[in-house]
Amino acid sequence: MTIGGGSGRRHPPAFRLSENMNSRSTALPYLQVTPLAVVLILFFAVPVALVLVVSFFRYQMLVGIVPDFTLKNYADILTNQTNWRLYYSTLKFAVIVLAITGVLGFWISYFLVFHVRNLVTAIALFLVCTVPFWTSNIIRMISWRPVLGREGLINQALVGGGIIDQPIEWLLYSDFAVVVAYVHLYTLFMIVPIFNSMARIDKSLLEAAIDAGATRWGVIWNVVLPLSKTGLALGALFVVTLVMGDFSVVTVMSGGLSGSAASAIFNDLQFLNYPRAAANAVVLLVVVLLIASAIFRLVDVRKELVR
Amino acid sequence: MVNDPKEEWENSMKKSVKDPRAGRISRRSVLKGGAAVAGTTLVTGFPTVWAQNLKDITLNHTGMSYSTLPDIARQASKDLGFKVEMSVVDHPGLINRMINDPNSIDVADMEIWQTKIAVPQGVIQGIETAKVKNWDQLTPLYTEGVFAGKPVSREGDAPIEFIYLDSTDARSFASDQTGIATFVPGVYNADTLGIRPDLVGRDITSWADLISEDFKGKAAIQNIPTNGIMDAMMALEAAGEMTYSDKGNPTQEEIQKTIGRLIELKRAGHWRALWNTFDESVNLMANGEVVIQSMWSPAVTAVQTQNKPCVYQPLKEGYRGWGNGLAMMSHLDGLKRDAAYEYMTWYNSGWVGGFIAKQGYYSANPETAKANLTPNERGFFYEGKPATDEITSPTGQKTNSAGDVRDGGSYEERFSNVAVWNNLMDEAEFLYAKWNEFSAA
Repeated sequence: MTIGGGSGRRHPPAFRLSENMNSRSTALPYLQVTPLAVVLILFFAVPVALVLVVSFFRYQMLVGIVPDFTLKNYADILTNQTNWRLYYSTLKFAVIVLAITGVLGFWISYFLVFHVRNLVTAIALFLVCTVPFWTSNIIRMISWRPVLGREGLINQALVGGGIIDQPIEWLLYSDFAVVVAYVHLYTLFMIVPIFNSMARIDKSLLEAAIDAGATRWGVIWNVVLPLSKTGLALGALFVVTLVMGDFSVVTVMSGGLSGSAASAIFNDLQFLNYPRAAANAVVLLVVVLLIASAIFRLVDVRKELVR
Repeated sequence: MVNDPKEEWENSMKKSVKDPRAGRISRRSVLKGGAAVAGTTLVTGFPTVWAQNLKDITLNHTGMSYSTLPDIARQASKDLGFKVEMSVVDHPGLINRMINDPNSIDVADMEIWQTKIAVPQGVIQGIETAKVKNWDQLTPLYTEGVFAGKPVSREGDAPIEFIYLDSTDARSFASDQTGIATFVPGVYNADTLGIRPDLVGRDITSWADLISEDFKGKAAIQNIPTNGIMDAMMALEAAGEMTYSDKGNPTQEEIQKTIGRLIELKRAGHWRALWNTFDESVNLMANGEVVIQSMWSPAVTAVQTQNKPCVYQPLKEGYRGWGNGLAMMSHLDGLKRDAAYEYMTWYNSGWVGGFIAKQGYYSANPETAKANLTPNERGFFYEGKPATDEITSPTGQKTNSAGDVRDGGSYEERFSNVAVWNNLMDEAEFLYAKWNEFSAA
């Protein structure tokens, strides 16, 4: 983990050893990175390059791809209002889900790290958070239907209890249902990194702050939050990429009434327009990379990790 | 959906290959097996081709989930003495496979409109009708464009317009009836709207009811552009909002107006959902989320097996017809082609017809299909008579009770009333772009 560390404060002995070996054999480090490099090239670089190439190909109705060099696919995407609307709706979901999972993730981690004194209990509770992940994504998503539906648990309870006359329609097949499912599916991705960075906070720092007269909120705001920001940034990265790349949750939970940036890709694939789907994938990739670099600008994750 | 039975089937095939006795299958034992089957299902005389290495042949049948059923492959392999395997794909997936990987398919189970892409691309070969032994028995709905003595609607892609070729390697369709067929007729049906009779609260008689204010927030339409647009056009025309010169081939302006109306309805909260898959349509209906929607016949059966009332409601404007055909891929020759002819003849010889009837579909050889049904099933599915006993799905679950009459009446009434056929319109690319707007609106 510390290999990339540029701080130079404390070199672990192993690091020096490898420096010595470097002078004997310059080939060794290359050999060491070869497996990872091969995997990355084969399963990441080559496919992305292919997508990029295909995004300039021409599309022939219902036949598929014809090798060519055209910018038409990109022009189609950028000038199409529908696409802009889909990106807007996806970004909207990303921001809402980010805010909710961020708040939830922060407080759940805070509770686990600072309120549960017993380490075993904390780990047990942490494992409880992962229980929903023992089943598949689809099951967790679909299981909301009998809860939120017109004849679902919530509506039956409300109507049966005489609180409302007519079942509430917007619980299912709505943006609300989409957000519920996203929060349910992705909060853990927020909890894990925040929990991890909070667990490394030296408890004596909190005591020192309180001794120096800080209030309870002051400690959270000035000590815990700044020291958890790596976790928040990593969690945000997970949640944003997951939401931006999703089309199944939004389709299933909105009953096909809402779309996402990725569902535009899916629609193109429906009638074999691979070139435009590829161009759309490239655009989506660029947007997600921009968001990721913005997050990393706010928080220097690398520096924080080697701290 | 069909993965498990398919794997099971493949495993059993592997086992039989390993079985030392399997290598010694003689014609005698095959015939004996065939005779045993014949006793119950009236399939006789298969296989009619015999060659020492016939049993080594594997025919790949690729098509959509509703007709590409592992049970059919299992029965065919049993009756024919060579192996038939099924690969399930979706509509765009089939076209994609046929064009980009034609050798991976032997028999393509296509919707009729898909031949409009496959034939010009030269990926399929014409079928000599003389070699399909039961061709003369097949329904004139396909072979002559006539049904119950009357011409069949030609709005949309009617079977008769695409079934004949001038030669086995033709790249366009023949204008007359020839001895060369594009495909051997497969399953077909006439689609309409599905309703929950207990929840709609009034009689449903017209496609216009799909967009009626009465069902605001309780209606759904299929999110498959080529089919969804047809349902929308039927509804808008029935409601008197639009007129179309040819619903089978609307102009850009007509498509634009139709989708514009769909978007207005969506924004007004008319659609409870747009469904993409078969099971979604079943769940919407079974959970009471939706009371009226586009539906496929087996989905209605699936809702009924959950003990929820569901009717495939006949409407006064008529049905949206569709049909499949089995096409022979260009690379087939020699013994394998003989096997394909054999399979295509078998397909319309009765067993398949009986099986798919219980799913709500029809066979192109109704007489042999009827012979494979019990008198009760025959009366219910084909003759419009009330059931005299329980009706079950192909998997044996109860779908209807004694006394029930099939929605839409008899086979004859149903197909005399097809208003328009599923199709690939000239403006399909425009339609897809507009449909995306509807999905995203």
